[in-house]
Amino acid sequence: MAPNAGLLSATVQVRNLVRRYDERAVLDGLDLDIAPGEFVALLGKSGSGKSTLLRALAGLDHDVEGSGELAVPAQVSVVFQDSRLLPWARVLDNVVLGIPQAVERGRESLEEVGLAGREKAWPNELSGGEQQRVALARSLVREPELLLADEPFGALDALTRLKMHVLLRKLCAAHQPAVLLVTHDVDEAIVLADRVIVLDAGRIVAEETITLPAPRSAADPGFAAVRSRLLDALGVSV
Amino acid sequence: MSATTLPGLRPRTASAPVVRRRRLGPGKPIRFGAAIGPVLLLVIWSVGSATGWIDQRVLSAPWTVVTTAGDLIADGRLQSNLWTSAQRALIGLALGIVLGVLLALISGLSRIGEAVLDGPIQIKRAIPSLALLPLLILWLGIGESMKIVTILLGVFVPIYIHTHNGLRTIDSRYVELAQTVGLSQWEFIRRVVLPGALPGFLLGLRFAVTGAWLSLVVVEQINSTSGIGYMMELARTYGQTDIIIVGLVVYGILGLLSDAVVRLIQRRALSWRRTLAS
Repeated sequence: MAPNAGLLSATVQVRNLVRRYDERAVLDGLDLDIAPGEFVALLGKSGSGKSTLLRALAGLDHDVEGSGELAVPAQVSVVFQDSRLLPWARVLDNVVLGIPQAVERGRESLEEVGLAGREKAWPNELSGGEQQRVALARSLVREPELLLADEPFGALDALTRLKMHVLLRKLCAAHQPAVLLVTHDVDEAIVLADRVIVLDAGRIVAEETITLPAPRSAADPGFAAVRSRLLDALGVSV
Repeated sequence: MSATTLPGLRPRTASAPVVRRRRLGPGKPIRFGAAIGPVLLLVIWSVGSATGWIDQRVLSAPWTVVTTAGDLIADGRLQSNLWTSAQRALIGLALGIVLGVLLALISGLSRIGEAVLDGPIQIKRAIPSLALLPLLILWLGIGESMKIVTILLGVFVPIYIHTHNGLRTIDSRYVELAQTVGLSQWEFIRRVVLPGALPGFLLGLRFAVTGAWLSLVVVEQINSTSGIGYMMELARTYGQTDIIIVGLVVYGILGLLSDAVVRLIQRRALSWRRTLAS
């Protein structure tokens, strides 16, 4: 889709997006803009349409009925909840999958995620956290303008998750992609994102711009205020 | 033991020793256990032959078989027949593998291919290859082409079935991944489809190799003038059980060797999997 002149500033433009499964509208006239380099976290209950939106942006919803306007950049990378590494390809081959000419950049990318020296390992030899770091390297070696992440740390233990947060922030600062992170972890969203949006029944029902200074800590009173507003929007009363 | 046991708990005293449970599993493995059965058979055979309990016309003595094998090697008959047999098996196997993989790819990668091919091959699977022999003899005569086609027909079915199954059961999550990283159709086949179907193909290969030898035995005993099967068939007319047993041993060794080779290929090619098992 050709971006028209007035919209050039946004990396992602979604207008009146509708996606239906069996007559049920999972996305119901959704509008969303993401600015270049902006980190947006997407919260919502199960079934609120989070993953459907992400799949629509990733171009993975071939068989889904729907309408609306959607403008995404040419270079989009996806990080899935499972690392989705090909088990029969070594780590470096997984990173440069589809771009075999980029082996050198692949190595650098592995170094960036702290896995230098593991180029020749099989994915099954790595821990869950390491596999997810390979998946991050695979995404970033493509220098995406938009990084889509579908609960990328959902399957990791709490300590590993904290380390991954630090890593992801560092990588985003270095590569400056626009990010849409789907998560169900309110704290994760506040720690990482510039803006948090809450999805319910296929529409955005709340939006918070996070201006807390980094490093963000849950002990910060400002943090607690944002969290309680977001939990309210999610329909969880504390 | 003191007398301060809780009510309801039986105190452990000398009069109530710990009952050792009977072991229900088969117990520890025996060293060289796999050799015991065959060695026992060999002993029975030797003793039976030496005492005259086994008639030489029914079954030659083991030492007769060994000397006969020596004679057959010395005059070159065993080698030349073995070479002929091996050639037939290998050509049939190679052609069967190519055909099986090709059909599996066509049927696994396109819905039209599957609709056209899968049905007939499943029907072919239900008919034992050897039952086609009368027809094949009418069509191709009793020459080499009939023999190789018979072997090929026995080989391509397991290759097709297991490779096709391997293709069809590749995780759809990898297909999604291939889309998001923008793989071309050819790269998708090379990086995802073929390696993903490899375990299935190799399983099919093990069945195919066994099937190739089976078909070989049968076709070599029909109007052949060379090969291990012919050698055995000829020995039957003269009642030479020693030569028949040499042939059986050769078939056995060939079967074991080829299975070992396929298993070796499997271990090498699927080393990414071994990391899971170890």
